[in-house]
Amino acid sequence: MYPSRFEYLAPTSVEEVIAALGEREGAKVMAGGQSLIPVLKLRVASVDTVVDINRVAGLDGIEEADGGLRIGALVRHVEAERSPLLTKRYGLLGATARLVADPLVRNRGTICGSLAHADPQGDWGSAMLAARGSVVVRGPNGERTIAVDELSLGPFMTTLQPDELITEVRVPDPGPRTGGAYLKLERKVGDFATAAVAVQVTMDNGSVGQVGIGLTGVGATNVRATAAEDALRGSEPTDEAIAGAARLAAEAAEPQSDNRGTADYKRNVVRVYCERGLRTAISAARAGEE
Amino acid sequence: MTQLESPTTTGLHTVEVTVNGQARSAQVEARMLLAHFLRQTLGLTGTHIGCDTTSCGACAVLVDGTPVKSCTVLAVQAHGAEITTVEGLAKGGQLHPIQQAFHEEHGLQCGFCTPGMMLTSVAFLKENPSPTDEEIRWALSGQICRCTGYQNIVNAVQAAATTMREA
Amino acid sequence: MSTTHEVRGVGHSVKRKEDARFIQGRGQYFDDITLPGMLHMEILRSPYAHARLKSIDTTAASALPGVVAVVTGELMAQHNLAWMPTLSGDTQAVLVTDKVRYQGQEVACVIAESAYVAKDALELIEVEYEPLDAVTSPQQSSAEGAPLIRDEKEGQTDNHVYHWEAGDKDSTDRAFAEADHVVALDTFYPRCHPAPLECCGCIADVNPATGKATIYLTSQAPHAHRTLFAIVAGLPEQNIRIISPDLGGGFGNKVPIYPGYVVATAASLLIGRPVKWVEDRTGNLISTGFARDYHMRGELAVKDGKMTGLRATLLSDQGAFYADAQPSKFRAGLFHIVTGSYDIPAAHVVADGWYTNKAPGGVAYRCSFRVTEASYLIERLVDNAAHELDVDATQFRLDNFIQPEQFPYHSATGFVYDSGNYPEAMRIALEKLGYEDLRREQEEARKEGRLLGIGISSFTEVVGAGHGKEYDIAGLRMFDSAELRVHPTGKAILKLGVKAQGQGHETTFAQIVAEELGIPYEDVEVQEGDTDNTPYGLGTYASRSTPVAGAATTVISRKLREKAREIAAHLLEASADDIEFEAGRFFVKGSPESAKTIQDVAFAAYTNLPDGMEAGLEGVTYYDPPNMTFPFGTYAVVVEVDRGTGQWKPLRVVAVDDCGVRINPMIVEGQIMGGLTEGYAIAAMQLIDFDEDGNCIGSNFTDYLIPTAWETPEFEIGELSTPSPHHPLGAKGVGESPTVGSPAAYVNAVIDALWHAGVKNIDMPLTPDKVWAAMNEAGIAE
Repeated sequence: MYPSRFEYLAPTSVEEVIAALGEREGAKVMAGGQSLIPVLKLRVASVDTVVDINRVAGLDGIEEADGGLRIGALVRHVEAERSPLLTKRYGLLGATARLVADPLVRNRGTICGSLAHADPQGDWGSAMLAARGSVVVRGPNGERTIAVDELSLGPFMTTLQPDELITEVRVPDPGPRTGGAYLKLERKVGDFATAAVAVQVTMDNGSVGQVGIGLTGVGATNVRATAAEDALRGSEPTDEAIAGAARLAAEAAEPQSDNRGTADYKRNVVRVYCERGLRTAISAARAGEE
Repeated sequence: MTQLESPTTTGLHTVEVTVNGQARSAQVEARMLLAHFLRQTLGLTGTHIGCDTTSCGACAVLVDGTPVKSCTVLAVQAHGAEITTVEGLAKGGQLHPIQQAFHEEHGLQCGFCTPGMMLTSVAFLKENPSPTDEEIRWALSGQICRCTGYQNIVNAVQAAATTMREA
Repeated sequence: MSTTHEVRGVGHSVKRKEDARFIQGRGQYFDDITLPGMLHMEILRSPYAHARLKSIDTTAASALPGVVAVVTGELMAQHNLAWMPTLSGDTQAVLVTDKVRYQGQEVACVIAESAYVAKDALELIEVEYEPLDAVTSPQQSSAEGAPLIRDEKEGQTDNHVYHWEAGDKDSTDRAFAEADHVVALDTFYPRCHPAPLECCGCIADVNPATGKATIYLTSQAPHAHRTLFAIVAGLPEQNIRIISPDLGGGFGNKVPIYPGYVVATAASLLIGRPVKWVEDRTGNLISTGFARDYHMRGELAVKDGKMTGLRATLLSDQGAFYADAQPSKFRAGLFHIVTGSYDIPAAHVVADGWYTNKAPGGVAYRCSFRVTEASYLIERLVDNAAHELDVDATQFRLDNFIQPEQFPYHSATGFVYDSGNYPEAMRIALEKLGYEDLRREQEEARKEGRLLGIGISSFTEVVGAGHGKEYDIAGLRMFDSAELRVHPTGKAILKLGVKAQGQGHETTFAQIVAEELGIPYEDVEVQEGDTDNTPYGLGTYASRSTPVAGAATTVISRKLREKAREIAAHLLEASADDIEFEAGRFFVKGSPESAKTIQDVAFAAYTNLPDGMEAGLEGVTYYDPPNMTFPFGTYAVVVEVDRGTGQWKPLRVVAVDDCGVRINPMIVEGQIMGGLTEGYAIAAMQLIDFDEDGNCIGSNFTDYLIPTAWETPEFEIGELSTPSPHHPLGAKGVGESPTVGSPAAYVNAVIDALWHAGVKNIDMPLTPDKVWAAMNEAGIAE
């Protein structure tokens, strides 16, 4: 309930943030703080310096740019939940935002913070896998882009260097005939996902053009169900095809048995939610052209 | 946004906030939670603490009009902000409609979750002045009550909404 | 309602007087209080469930700037305070001396200038443990070769705590021998926790100059706590003042005495400054009074459609110390109410309690002393029986209810039920529900592959402990008290021996005085919780306030009314026999226009008395209830189960409660909805679990799940009122009925949805994964 002592910095530019991260070992970036502060309170991790980026200019905003969306590092979950941009073709993102944590936490927590935190039970990782997002990262040597596919290494581990900061996440424009869905099994609002499935489908005439399926809470990282995607891509979305893809998605899951359920149960949730999500996404995709 | 100065040599930060319309200031450690800052440093004990995992929302206050869990915000982060706690709802001896409504609709029993419930409701009604019961339940889904079973809380928010619409 | 809108006595849904401070954030919960020189205490808790304490080094912790003292078991032992008695006649460690017996057990305490510093110091205490094998169930702790948990207890050679029986074995065995059908159910009522939103804690202020101790304490029973403090701490009882201030919920969690209270008091005594201990949620869930953890086997004998016998075999997990807060003569609490609403002529209950390496407790969480467990068992058994016999669940109950003409009813286990009308409660519930239509809808849905279920629970519970000869806690008889004084200006102050934690006593008890004396309820100030300023009572839990202190309040009000009548007679120059009283006015029979008000009489009590009469209008009474009271009701729940995920949602919850006369219907309904929510939480998601090493899973709110407004269903509340014949107001108490009666309704609903596929039982909590696993095994999962 009471954190240990730490040093606290609140710089006002990205350069200062990167410099601070570089100069201090054991420094952690804080955006929303809704994952970091709970950890500090329980004293399960030791953080020597907290670098608060909330006063850095230029990190907010959701906008259409460069053939897609850019979402700044300080965009809160609640902004995503309410943004008129995160509907229709970007509907997966709006649907995901709504189910992150609870309304109060959503007022503070950020999307990019969630991606940097790399909790396999985090929702945004799966959504961004399905939407083929990538993060823009700045460090002492300049800027680089990392596909969300390549961001997570394991639970709470990313390919970010200690002195790098995610400044935004970018999502490519999937086209007008796109729909998405995020189905999350939580025992109550605010519980981490027992399992969740993010689905985004772009229709190409009567067939599935692009498809992205991301899984939450069933692996060491968020999982992209590539075999399921491959099976569905280019096919007509019949009941059998959808059921088949859902089965493949369940096979891609590597859940642990715990107090939320057995591994078999979680795989079944993945399968059922993948089916339901695909139906919803395909319906929305078809409606997208009207 | 107000610049936070570097800490003093004792490692304390000066935090200046406006709480319920009053300018307040103190020197605190970076690790001090906003909830403790309000309760202990400023003596505003209407904000309550019910858990240690950011789960219960008893500590909800408004920071720049937005409901947040004050146990999961550092006091230093609130530097320069406007904070509303339950003590700031009534104005000039007049109860806020939300307070009146909780009383009329029996929306409280032990009273421990009540400040947070009311503050979140006030912010919510600003954005959604004519909510459905379902929307109210969704808005309050980050906060726990052990006594009421929520139904009268929902009724209270509806009653306040009606009063505020007619005002 | 006999009083006017101005006076507002019994039956009026008046708004609460206590609201004013809470809605303005000016409640005084103990942590809101700061005393000059106050220090803060934090507790170091054991990470192991069972371990020898090899060594403990507090040097570094003591040296941290801001730390005033570090208290260990050794230091407490020097003052004979390392162990303390429990409410059940056992002993409990205050701080560990020899070995740790459950994860989270208190090992040492730091007292410092701030809680932040105290927490820093905890990390500097070096403890060496030698882990031992842990046992986490009665089955394990009763097995051959199980580690001996209470090796420090003289004469204790195994982990057995008690054996207890109720009812009659022979007549029950006969009933089973003659039965044409026997229904059996093995079920586990899991460990859950009351988890009031405000945790436990205290501020102990022992004044070094006067030796007086003032202890602000989260206590549902301040007087009993004061007496026990005097005995445990050796402080003279007249020098101890316990003040239980505003409480953020209790639900039985604030009835026991916890080690933190004792150490804080001892520390204040030794240091000479006030010491505040604020428990955190982890401490609350891992170490304080949990509820249930009860393994039950129930068997129901049926002959010609009638229930003829009931057996219950119980294994109780008591944790590491036997610390149940319950009437001392009943080791299994009031579980033997288990025949419930049914006319079952023979019953036999056998209960055994066992120690385990888990926190102590068991009787808590709106349980009416284990009535929750009993009610769950009988209502699940009855529903399963109806399924097995292929009889409608409501018809089977109606055929076996104790009928209205059978009251007072002598149960097979020795209770004398005061009053009831079970068929009428059922009828109202079914009408509200549209039962027949729902059964049709259920059939249609099943054809479409949808799983709807209807669950019924027709509970009778027993509260209002209790008659002193039978009911005592740690020897203190369970009377309760009311002290009433009417002031010269006609206002009054009522002081009680009970202590609310949100139940609205400041309003409802004022309404009783308003009813009996005609003083408007706003003019009656109600005080509870300060042992220096209230009469001795046993506190508020097990729904006893209305039955016992409510009766006391009625009795003393009527006593004062009689004195008032004499004074009125004096003022009206008539004989007291000719004076009538109606809603606050005294008048000569036949002349109501010349009346003296209660306010006139109150003033006269100090200014114009008949010769020989003592001044004043006040008195105190200690009420010994002649019997318990028996609230009852029928709850009905409708659910739909998701075949793909096992999630289930209550679509409708109908609750018909009969708690006799309702003092404040608004408050009664509030209590019912709160309890129905806890019942839902218990049925759906609340669990404190342990792994094989005794690690507690469920020691914070991310694992111990409390439903929010989003999960919680809406409630349809009906009512019935069958007064209690022995209670002066006819009121029975209601706080726990919904938590007692509703879990079975929720579970019966889910089982009803799945029974056709062969699912007969799922133990609580019915989390989605468990429901899905049952469906999967039965071949109906998606």
